[in-house]
Amino acid sequence: MTALLIRGGHLIDPAAGVDGLKDILLKDGRVAEIAGPGKLKQANGAAGPDVQVIDATGLTIAPGLIDMHVHLREPGQGYKETIATGTAAAAAGGFTSVAAMPNTRPVNDSPEITRWMQAPERGASIRVFPIAAATRGSKGEAINDFAALKSAGAVAVSDDGLPILKDAVMRETLAAAARVGLSVIQHAEDTRMTQGASMNAGPIAFRLGLRGWPNEAESSIVERDIRLVQELRDSRAHLHVAHISTAVALAAVRQARRNGLRVTCEVAPHHFLLSEEHVGLYNTNAKMCPPLRASADRDAMIEAIFDGVVDAIATDHAPHAVHEKEVEFENAPNGITGLETALGLSLRWLHKEGKLPLGRILSLLSAQPAALLNLKGRGTLAAGSFADVVIFDPKAEWTYNARATRSKSRNTPFDGWAMQGKVRWTISEGRIAYADE
Amino acid sequence: MNPSATPTRRQIHPPPALVSPFPYHPGSLLSASDLTLAEISHILTRATILENQDPLTRDRILAKRRVALLFYESSTRTRTSFELAAKGLGADTTLVSSLSSSIEKGETLKDTGLTLRALGAEAIILRHNSSGAAWLLESETRLPVLNAGDGMHEHPTQALLDLRTILAHLRPGMHTVTAEILTGVTVAIVGDILHSRVARSNMLLLPRLGARVLLCGPKELLPELAAKAGPGIEIERDFDAALRQSQVVMMLRIQAERLAGLQLDLEEYKANYQLTGPRLAAQAPEAIVMHPGPIIRGLEVTAGVADGPQSVILEQVRNGVAIRMAVVERALTATQQGGHA
Repeated sequence: MTALLIRGGHLIDPAAGVDGLKDILLKDGRVAEIAGPGKLKQANGAAGPDVQVIDATGLTIAPGLIDMHVHLREPGQGYKETIATGTAAAAAGGFTSVAAMPNTRPVNDSPEITRWMQAPERGASIRVFPIAAATRGSKGEAINDFAALKSAGAVAVSDDGLPILKDAVMRETLAAAARVGLSVIQHAEDTRMTQGASMNAGPIAFRLGLRGWPNEAESSIVERDIRLVQELRDSRAHLHVAHISTAVALAAVRQARRNGLRVTCEVAPHHFLLSEEHVGLYNTNAKMCPPLRASADRDAMIEAIFDGVVDAIATDHAPHAVHEKEVEFENAPNGITGLETALGLSLRWLHKEGKLPLGRILSLLSAQPAALLNLKGRGTLAAGSFADVVIFDPKAEWTYNARATRSKSRNTPFDGWAMQGKVRWTISEGRIAYADE
Repeated sequence: MNPSATPTRRQIHPPPALVSPFPYHPGSLLSASDLTLAEISHILTRATILENQDPLTRDRILAKRRVALLFYESSTRTRTSFELAAKGLGADTTLVSSLSSSIEKGETLKDTGLTLRALGAEAIILRHNSSGAAWLLESETRLPVLNAGDGMHEHPTQALLDLRTILAHLRPGMHTVTAEILTGVTVAIVGDILHSRVARSNMLLLPRLGARVLLCGPKELLPELAAKAGPGIEIERDFDAALRQSQVVMMLRIQAERLAGLQLDLEEYKANYQLTGPRLAAQAPEAIVMHPGPIIRGLEVTAGVADGPQSVILEQVRNGVAIRMAVVERALTATQQGGHA
């Protein structure tokens, strides 16, 4: 394998505590060496005909981004997305790893499907880490064999899209996952309170004549799950709350953390940037689950990102075909795409507007999700780590055009939005997965 | 939340939502709140002119123009009055209903709309069980769309014909509306507000003309947040107290088809919210009693009240034809008049 030398850029590697001008040598899929400008040792192979040089002058170099919550739709729904197209979109967005949710057709509840998703034949541009279903068929009844799923490559368990409602099943899931060292990711929605709901409960839902999704449907499950983690505290059970969206659920997570429990959470860009008002006049690209919330909840997400209660920014990338979203609002499927817009939105709004340091944002998009999923050698560019790198122009401003997406789908409310920070190269295990033309 | 956990509130102001994703066709009528007071006045004036016009000259106004009625829900009053209105202006009408068309075979609203357009429909009158369906149909076909009821959302022509009825009794002879024309008038809307598109259209329209809207009903059918739907809307759960304040009483049917598992004690409901003869005589002997229909006699109103001297229910039905003539005419001639595109 040829070596890659990235020269002249500004390396930000929060996990390694690096923030300065560095040259980086990538070899055999790993980070071979990092040194000050022009200081790489020739003996390490930093020169020669088989060294490809990337001039990163004026650019930021960071550990490749990690999205711990995506839907790649394979197996079973290749018309929405394939592993190849979804990871191509991910690479364009600066991601080098994605964790793929198991609500495929069939549900990924077996080592066979877990391995199938990672097979080279899928044509992934970057690394795909399957999250396996917690229960058989994600029906919330019988728990899967977590040890077998883990050895097949699963990095966590979840019934995402559906909650595990039964207390006994959730408790057993947390305990069994802890025994094999996996996290449990919960889609917190008490579906008994959300029958027929298609947007956030409140005055806007009333005015639009839509049935509402109350905050309690999320917070009651989060509170129940935290209680179970408390009861299991000796087992080191880890609960991760997916796509948290309400201030009241965040408060529960905050309190659980103060009590020393292993409870973490992620927030999606649409939940810290948009509110229920963006549903407008039945815009189906503003329909997702959990729904866009009241602006007070949106503000609480931002606050929790700043004060560190949020552990990761995750997109919940959920592609749907155009015809599926061109229907009555109540009949439209939930979800929006997000892989190509997460970095640009985070830099535009959290960094430029909110003054959150670049390193904090990169950590939320890389080092922290790597730690949550226990992805060894990722989320950092320390020597010996995987050569997963994103190189971007932090000052570049651009406009997102959904029609130019690499995803198969373009169901996004961020079409035409201003972005900050343009990805120039994405390198996955030493191989260029994306290069900006 | 614990206040110590919120050090500095960070203010980030991302772009607000677009008010409208596309320019409406100037002939469309999707929401009662889309109409300016001038447009409302124009519709009311035209309704009276068209109603009084010789049918033999009136039917030249839209002679041989094509209007499609697309109905996903059953309807007596709305469908018939739209049809009579369009035909009264000389238009050809065709009815497509969900139970006798390709909708049953799974055709989407978009495809059905495009098909009607390809068949020559120049305007579509839509009744649909999903809130917002009229916006979808308009954005896909770009034809003038008349919302004849979308789910629990709106029924703008009902609000207009209700307005015509109210004006006829409280402001006789007036067709030009202003922001004060109904100042001093209280309208009680009583019953299943939650599931009612009639209630939503009326509570958005009437306060703009100065009226005070009192919503009345049990918590299950009238959530507190209904009062936040717009200005000039209040909640009064005591039916007698609401009646005492009102010059207009609008009774609503319990929409059994939209209750979604909600269990109601009908005997208790009747005890609290049924409009009976004695109750009306005691609390609001001068008020007019309205109902958008269909009436469930013996539930929300007694037969005596429905047929009684204060009832204007059949006047509402009659006004429906006149209002819908004006609205259909507007749909097919709006560009010539210079609409609001």
